[in-house]
Amino acid sequence: MGWSWDHFFRFMVSEYMLLGVWTTIWLATVAMTLGVILGVIIAFMKMSSYWILQRIAVAFIWLWRGTPLLIQMVIIYTVLPKVGLKFGVIESAIIALTLHEGAYFAEIVRAGISAVNKGQTDASKALGMAWPQRMWYVIIPQATRVIIPPMGNQFNLMIKTTSLASVISMEELFRRTQQLAQIEFKVLEAYLCAACWYLLMTTIWGEIQKRLEAHYDKPFGPVSDKKLPTRTGVQSNDSPGQV
Amino acid sequence: MTFMQETSVGASRSLGEPIVEITNVDKWFGSNHVLRDVSLIVRQGEVVVLCGRSGSGKSTLLRCIDHLETIDGGSIRACGNKMGYRENLGGKRVELSDGKAAQQRREMGMVFQSFNLFPHLTVLKNITVSPMRILKIPRVQAEADARELLAKVGLPEKEEAFPSQLSGGQQQRVAIARALAMKPKVMLFDEPTSALDPEMISEVLDVMIELSRLGMTMIVVTHEMGFARAAADRVLLMHDGQIVEEAEPEEFFNNPKSNHARLFLSKILQH
Repeated sequence: MGWSWDHFFRFMVSEYMLLGVWTTIWLATVAMTLGVILGVIIAFMKMSSYWILQRIAVAFIWLWRGTPLLIQMVIIYTVLPKVGLKFGVIESAIIALTLHEGAYFAEIVRAGISAVNKGQTDASKALGMAWPQRMWYVIIPQATRVIIPPMGNQFNLMIKTTSLASVISMEELFRRTQQLAQIEFKVLEAYLCAACWYLLMTTIWGEIQKRLEAHYDKPFGPVSDKKLPTRTGVQSNDSPGQV
Repeated sequence: MTFMQETSVGASRSLGEPIVEITNVDKWFGSNHVLRDVSLIVRQGEVVVLCGRSGSGKSTLLRCIDHLETIDGGSIRACGNKMGYRENLGGKRVELSDGKAAQQRREMGMVFQSFNLFPHLTVLKNITVSPMRILKIPRVQAEADARELLAKVGLPEKEEAFPSQLSGGQQQRVAIARALAMKPKVMLFDEPTSALDPEMISEVLDVMIELSRLGMTMIVVTHEMGFARAAADRVLLMHDGQIVEEAEPEEFFNNPKSNHARLFLSKILQH
């Protein structure tokens, strides 16, 4: 069997593969969104002053970060029905991805929030803000800037990790590639086509991530200006007026 | 620096009722006894300068007034509130909830050594965020007030700038405007000029002196003795967690009573 460009291009734009691409995109997006929400909840539980919430968060992260996603998926799809918890293919894939990624996001979110300068808490407290206002108006917007780079990498991973859902017969890009390769006997063309689609998706996400980072970095000015004025720094031209 | 030549505005002010009452306050950091049975009364309209070596407890005392630090004994009343604590039915001291403490802090403004402006918000939003979100003042009103405050601190054209685009002196003046936007009854200044380049110190002190002229009650932790002379009613010296000297500025500088004060003044005024 020689290499066939004809097959490769046909696979690239075939409705069968495009639907697989679409499934990968929405599966990654849904799992990411739910994972972020879960991650934020777990992060706040871990940072809470209630002992029991902390322990639940620690145990959650320990369990879901410490076992392979592949096994989690298989257990949710095939083992849980035996104890009466039955989930379909799509639900199982979303649940496994969400819980697994949620554990990673929790640590990312927690690190982002702890990275915000302690002085910001002091200042917002001194202005009379209670915890929800401090978080919403002061801490989270600044933590977001720290969170976006690792979160973006995590979404890049997520796009590719969805391929694991093929083992529970989720019809995403990878499973469709496997099937196409078997039906058409064009293994190399099919897998290269899949690789190109994954590359395209992660590249587009990379661009989006870059823009997000730039947006959140804007208030902090160009990199060279981030530090406070130095000893020889800027002289103020303004004179204070009447208070 | 213009404020150096001005005659003291402190002595001529008439003072009102006590507005901050610190009674026998004790504070420990681990095994370190940082405030030892400190008592102090500040009256409405009074300007008190707190000075002392680093580690003497002056900043901690200021932070305790705003309940940014807990206290281990004694009590602090400010603007009619018992700051940070209540007594339960058994007469035991219990710390207030975060929301209650936040309400109490609204009565006071605080300015920090490191400015602590919100870096993700423009100057205007730094000033309006609390009035709008906490006092529920409508945006138009809050922004008009903020612009007025910016004009007063001499930065009328900076409202759309981000803090990173301002000099240290400008940032500190915005921080003062931000605190004033909550219409505080007392202003607390925690070494407001210590992080500034020398040429920017006077622009901040000038704003503070104007504020004192308008009758604002101020407690200022600072080593700027020029400010103390120009605006303070009283100068307090702290040493090892205690107030060891307390006098009107002229008396404090010309006729210090304690050895601590003489030593402190010789170090601070020798250049």
